Amino acid sequence: MRIDCPLCGTRDRREFYYSGHATALARPAPDAGAEAWDDYLHNRENPAGITEDLWHHEFGCGAWLALRRDTVSHAVISARLVKGNQP
Amino acid sequence: MRFSALKVLTQGLTGNGGWRAHWRDPEPAEAYDIVIIGGGGHGLSTAYYLAKEHGLKRIAVLEKGYIGGGNIGRNTTIVRANYFLPGNSEFYSHSLKLWEGLEADLNYNVMHSQRGQIGLFHSDGQRDAAIRRANSILNQGDDAELLSVAQLRKMVPYLDYDQGRFPIYGGLLQRRAGTARHDAVAWGYARGADRLGVDLIQNCEVTGIDITQGAVRGVQTSRGAIRAKKVAMVVAGRSSQVAAMAGMRLPIESHVLQAFVTEGLKPCIDHVISFGMGHFYISQSDKGGLVFGGDLDMYASYAARGNLPMVEHVAEAGMTLMPMIGKARMLRSWGGIMDMTPDGSPIIDKTHIEGLYLNAGWCYGGFKAVPASGHCFAHLLATDRPHAAAARFRLDRFRSGRGLMDEEGTGAQHNLH
Repeated sequence: MRIDCPLCGTRDRREFYYSGHATALARPAPDAGAEAWDDYLHNRENPAGITEDLWHHEFGCGAWLALRRDTVSHAVISARLVKGNQP
Repeated sequence: MRFSALKVLTQGLTGNGGWRAHWRDPEPAEAYDIVIIGGGGHGLSTAYYLAKEHGLKRIAVLEKGYIGGGNIGRNTTIVRANYFLPGNSEFYSHSLKLWEGLEADLNYNVMHSQRGQIGLFHSDGQRDAAIRRANSILNQGDDAELLSVAQLRKMVPYLDYDQGRFPIYGGLLQRRAGTARHDAVAWGYARGADRLGVDLIQNCEVTGIDITQGAVRGVQTSRGAIRAKKVAMVVAGRSSQVAAMAGMRLPIESHVLQAFVTEGLKPCIDHVISFGMGHFYISQSDKGGLVFGGDLDMYASYAARGNLPMVEHVAEAGMTLMPMIGKARMLRSWGGIMDMTPDGSPIIDKTHIEGLYLNAGWCYGGFKAVPASGHCFAHLLATDRPHAAAARFRLDRFRSGRGLMDEEGTGAQHNLH
C-alpha cells in the first residue's frame, strides 16, 4: 500500500502510523452526554468499502492525514491534511 | 450414519460407495423459532447446542456462502485456555473442556491434538508476569507449567536461545493446549446440527432484518423472507454490516490478520510456540506445513489479504526465533477479517431489540472459542439468561466502563489490540 502525502508525495505505507477512523476528528462537546461520548469513543460504522481514516506520517513530515480509501481493495483514493488539532 | 473404525474398514474394503452427504440441503421454510445468521464455526456450534442441550426444534442457520468458507477455514487452528483476566479466563476454560469431549460428542474426527503451547519470555520482568499468569490459570483449574531454559532446550532445541535482542529466559507451557483441524470442526458441528433437525441453508444471504415495535419478526434473504421469533447474529468479520441492518452501530472495527503456511516438511515442530516479543507464533500441521502468523496489519480492512510490511515482519520474527525455518518455502498466505473490539474481548449478549441477539467481536481468538461460544450463546438464546462462563461478555461494558477485559493492558480503545 502506498499513500500520497500532500506534502511528501507518494510514500510507502511503512512510514505511516494508523490511528483509526476519522470520526476521531468530530469530538463531542465536553457536556454532550454519555451517549454521545460512548458513540464517539467506541461505536463505528466500520464500512466495507469507502472509508476515511487517520494516518500519521511519523517517518516523514509528521503531518496528520485524513485518507479516503477502500477497505475492500486497499486502494487509496485521496489524502488531505488534517487542519487544527491532531486527534 | 455413525462413524466407527469398523465402518471405515468395511467401507474401505467395499469401494467406499456407502458414504452419504454429511448434511441435507433443505429449502428454507417460511418460519422458524430461531434463525441464526452465519454458518461459521460459532453459528454452527450455536445451532448444535440449541438442539442438543435445549431440545429446540425449528432452527435455521443461514449462510451467505458455503459451510466452512469463512473465518473457520481461515485461521491458524490453535486451541488454548491461558487467559489471565476474569471473564476471559472462565470462558476459555469452559471452551477447552468442551474441546476435550468434542470428538466423542460429535462422533467426528476434528483432529484435536493437545500437543502443548509454549509462550516464551525474555526478561526477569516477563518471567514474573508469566508466573502471575500461570497462577491465575492454575486458580482457574487449568494447567500451566513454568519451564526453565534447561527444560526448554530439551523440548525445543532449535530456538536461538542466546540472541542479543530477545535472549530466551524460559517459557510458560500449557500441555492441554494444541491445535485442531479447523474445517473438520465446521463439518462436525454442521453434521451434528443437521442430524438434530437444524436446517443449514447455504447460499442464502440475509439482506434485511425485520423489526416492528422494537421486536424482531424475521429476516429478508436472497432466498425470500423468513419469519423468526428470535434472530441471532453470529457473523464475526462482518458484524458491523449485519448489525447495520438492525440500525445498530457496534464497537467494532474490522482488521486483517495474516497467516502463512510452508510446503509440507517432516515433523520438526512438536508444539505450538508463541514468541510474543516478535508477534510470531507457529505450529506444524499434520500434513507437515509450518503454520505461522503474526500481528494485525493494523488498519481497517475487509480485503482478506494483507500487505508486504507485515509479511516481512513475520518472516523476520520467525528467523529471529528459529533460524532453522529459513530454508522452508512459503506456500500460501492469507488474511482473515477480525472483528476488533476496543478491549480485545468478545461480545455475547442481547441487543436493545427484543428477540435480536449478538455474538461478535472475537478479535483474533475466535477459533479456540468455537465450542464455548456456541454453548453459551445457545444458553442465552434458549433461556434469555447469560451462561455463567460468558456472563461478562456484555455489549454495554464499553458505555459503562464496567467489566472491561483488556488482556494486553493497553487501554480499551480501538487500534490498540
